[in-house]
Amino acid sequence: MKRLVPVIAAIVVGSAVALGGLALAAGDEAAPVTLGPDPVTVVVDVEHSRFIPSTLRVEVGTEVRFVVHNDDPINHELIVGTPDVHARHRNGTEAKHPPRPGELSVGPDEHGVTTYRFDEPGVVEIACHLPGHYDYGMRGEVEVVEVP
Amino acid sequence: MRRRTALAIFLSVPAAALAPSVADACGGLVGENGTIQLVRTTTLAAYHDGVERYVTSFEFTGEGESVGSIVPLPDVPTSVERGGDWTLQRLALEVAPPPPSSDDAAEATAAASAEVQIILETQIDALDITVLSGGGDEVGQWALENGFFLPPDAPEVLDFYASRSPVFMAAKFDAQRARELGQGAGDSTPIMATIPTDDPWVPVRILGLGLDGSQRIEADVFLLTDARPELLAGGPGLTVQRSEAASSGLLTDLRSDVGMEWVPNDMWLSYLQLDAAAADVDYDLAVAVDPAGEPSIADAGVGPAAIVPVRPPADGAPWWPIPIGVAVGVAVLGAWVVIARHRQQTTRVAP
Repeated sequence: MKRLVPVIAAIVVGSAVALGGLALAAGDEAAPVTLGPDPVTVVVDVEHSRFIPSTLRVEVGTEVRFVVHNDDPINHELIVGTPDVHARHRNGTEAKHPPRPGELSVGPDEHGVTTYRFDEPGVVEIACHLPGHYDYGMRGEVEVVEVP
Repeated sequence: MRRRTALAIFLSVPAAALAPSVADACGGLVGENGTIQLVRTTTLAAYHDGVERYVTSFEFTGEGESVGSIVPLPDVPTSVERGGDWTLQRLALEVAPPPPSSDDAAEATAAASAEVQIILETQIDALDITVLSGGGDEVGQWALENGFFLPPDAPEVLDFYASRSPVFMAAKFDAQRARELGQGAGDSTPIMATIPTDDPWVPVRILGLGLDGSQRIEADVFLLTDARPELLAGGPGLTVQRSEAASSGLLTDLRSDVGMEWVPNDMWLSYLQLDAAAADVDYDLAVAVDPAGEPSIADAGVGPAAIVPVRPPADGAPWWPIPIGVAVGVAVLGAWVVIARHRQQTTRVAP
């Protein structure tokens, strides 16, 4: 029996190390990628009136170039900005948006590009404010974080 | 808010150059600004000798500038014509006291093209009917080019139907022509599509188009078949209220209506009611008319759509912790052996 002790100890320690490694790897997979601080390009697909991806995480000060592909047969828009920007679009009547940073209209099966710089930490909303689209779920978030 | 309708999807048409003051419609109408107007329609799906007769009524009321609808069909129709004047009302009378009449009116335009195949175009009273074939995107694009307003759920719903049958029937109401025809609020236009098909499924999900998920949908669905059908609904909310051999009185009355001379002497009547929140109406009604057959799960709209793919992680489980664990285990074992031998030597050397 005494001879088995080192074998058991080896199995226990080896298994613990292996399981720890697997847990560590799983943690790595779940962790969102933080983009930036260099300028980055993010491709956003729009399908069935949803943004894909709908969440991002960027470092403060990162400039993001959104390339939006509209795969739907209807008009969409991508608005990214502060709450007052969203309020303006929610209540606005502008059918198509001129090239302002973070404001983009995309027609059916078209693509467009807009650039926005995330200067303040916090959560910045992405949305489409065409009638009914926001309530249907066409919205997302950009988490802006400070990286030490 | 409740919506009482049956088997027709209504999408609005932006304010074309048509006079206002007529709008609203039976079925799921969507106004130019995307708002939903609640209305009522009744539909009959009759299946006899391999041919489905799809009878519905377009009844308009209200204000908007122009309205229209798109109805998914199970197959290519050979004809779309004016339906009998009172077939739907007679069916309603058969199963219940006459429902309160709704009031309506409407409008529209007609037009263009896209990457769709136009199968049939016709005018019935103030309705411009187009039967077209294409994928969800193409039909949606065509609808936009022809002045329909598509709510945000339209791309998904059109894809849902196009994956099973690429055939759609679009109807737009020409308000000016309605006035010329003397049609007023509350007048309706019944239409009948004759569709040879092996799959007489009934579209249900379309009723929720453009609605908020919490809104209730109430719908009446009449089925006439050669024998008692097997029915399969893809979700809750649809209940069979009547299932019986159609009375000779009913069939005689139906046969005497315009375009209904095909009604045979014996048919089975099924009457179903839908009462569910729009969010729950994500399915259709599959119908098996062959006594030996079973309703198709796919026709109930819950085949691929209901399957949640279970995938392994993109790159598989990481492999590196296993050899590291084995290596550490071997190292522990080796260290134990070395320490044990050292102790043995130490013991022997000791005097």
